[in-house]
Amino acid sequence: MFFYLAQQTINALQLGSIYALIALGYSMVYGVLVMINFAHGDLFMLGAFACLLLAVLLPVHLPFVVILLLVMLVIGLLGALIERVAYRPLRDAPRVSAIITALGCGLVIENTTLSLSPYPQFLPTLFVSKTLTFAGLTITTLQILIIGVALGLMVGLDLLIRKTGFGMAMRAISFDAKTVPLMGIPVNRMISLTFFVGAGLGGAAGMLYGLAYPQISATMGVLIGWKAFIAAVIGGIGSIRGAVLGGFILGGVEVMAVAYLPSTYRDLISYSLLLAILIFKPYGLLGHPPNQKV
Amino acid sequence: MSALTVENLTVSYGDIHAVKGISFEVRKGEIFTIIGANGAGKSSALRAISGLLRFGGSVRLDGKELRGIPADKIVALGLSQVPEGRGIFGNLTVKENLHLGAWIRKDRKAVAEDLDRILSTLPRLKERLLQPAGTLSGGEQQMLAVARALLSRATTLLLDEPSMGLAPKLVTEIYNVVREVNKSGVTILLVEQNANIALRLAHRAAVLETGLITLAGNSADLLQNPRVQAAYLGA
Repeated sequence: MFFYLAQQTINALQLGSIYALIALGYSMVYGVLVMINFAHGDLFMLGAFACLLLAVLLPVHLPFVVILLLVMLVIGLLGALIERVAYRPLRDAPRVSAIITALGCGLVIENTTLSLSPYPQFLPTLFVSKTLTFAGLTITTLQILIIGVALGLMVGLDLLIRKTGFGMAMRAISFDAKTVPLMGIPVNRMISLTFFVGAGLGGAAGMLYGLAYPQISATMGVLIGWKAFIAAVIGGIGSIRGAVLGGFILGGVEVMAVAYLPSTYRDLISYSLLLAILIFKPYGLLGHPPNQKV
Repeated sequence: MSALTVENLTVSYGDIHAVKGISFEVRKGEIFTIIGANGAGKSSALRAISGLLRFGGSVRLDGKELRGIPADKIVALGLSQVPEGRGIFGNLTVKENLHLGAWIRKDRKAVAEDLDRILSTLPRLKERLLQPAGTLSGGEQQMLAVARALLSRATTLLLDEPSMGLAPKLVTEIYNVVREVNKSGVTILLVEQNANIALRLAHRAAVLETGLITLAGNSADLLQNPRVQAAYLGA
């Protein structure tokens, strides 16, 4: 009984770390622009496809780390480009216009990918996994890699936000964007960077997800994207640490639901969790009410 | 010598004309104040000058036209604004707020020196450096906003109602700081509803009423002007 729980915890950490990486992108963008970037789940999907292209099309075998960094770079740039061409012109429009535009961007990405790749693809093995056993528990080196990379990226992001000028500017924008230009800070460039970093993390999550579940398809970003959005809301959207917490909570709940209950209950339970948390903590676990200007 | 030259400045919000063509000049090294009632267009004028609002007419800083230059680039030209309501980032520490004020500067050593010098005159901020700025009192936040604006090495400082919401004793303290800043060579454009204290501090002044300058001159003269006394000084 205990072993089963411990074993499932390892699985939960893997899924949770991927949800957390994606949730960070939702939360960062919400923090600076107070909008939900509904194209984010599709950027996650493109991360897996970018990894596929880099692994299959290039004549040379790139090291794992190089592929990861390239995927993050490409998806990050794409995220920043979407902000520039689709969201920035609507900056002063009602929020709902920007959110509908985001949904549209997601559909464009999804259907473009679907037209180029109507059938699911398989990621080649980029990492030869070994199974380790200790104390009766098994963990694969791939699981260790996925959890390790995800945690490493989260720690890196935390440092970026707490210690660098960009991080300070980003937090300042989320508090009071209108005052930030008076510091001489180019707000638009900071917002582009926020999208770059958030989308880059989403791309990395797509690649890690593809390593864990190698069958990838154009529509994989829809459900995972929604789930990660739920994770961000559970943690408190706009809160960076909340996104991480929400990701792991949701990953844990889903894995345990499947482990102990009929697997068809999984989504019922995750959406019920969202509703329950919103009733008792409307701003999420670590979220704050919007700033009240005095 | 003119630090700031404003000619025929207009600001509109759709059909509403908040500033209807005002002209004035702020001389290098002086304190110039614009006084006026709530809604006279003072903040709009200031926000136009610092690049936050689109405007008509001309604003020149040390001879350079500012029209069309975005706010963040104007800071680099030596103009810094302390916004209405202080504009402190409450979720950042006091220290982080100050560092953001020095964003445009790359000379870290000189920034650290300036920071030490400014903090030595504001001991209460120094004690609270690592506290979230939102936990400061109103007066401390106003001090922080001024210190933050100075860290960009501004040569011209715009102050939007620094006395707002503060107890009289604190207002005196803030105004002493402003006077010291001016003595160190910074040109100051001050916007105030509190005409009494602003006119006593400033060298020259203008009165703004519903978007137009109706009176201008030396502050000492305006203090004696019966119209100003009746409308703004409660005499």
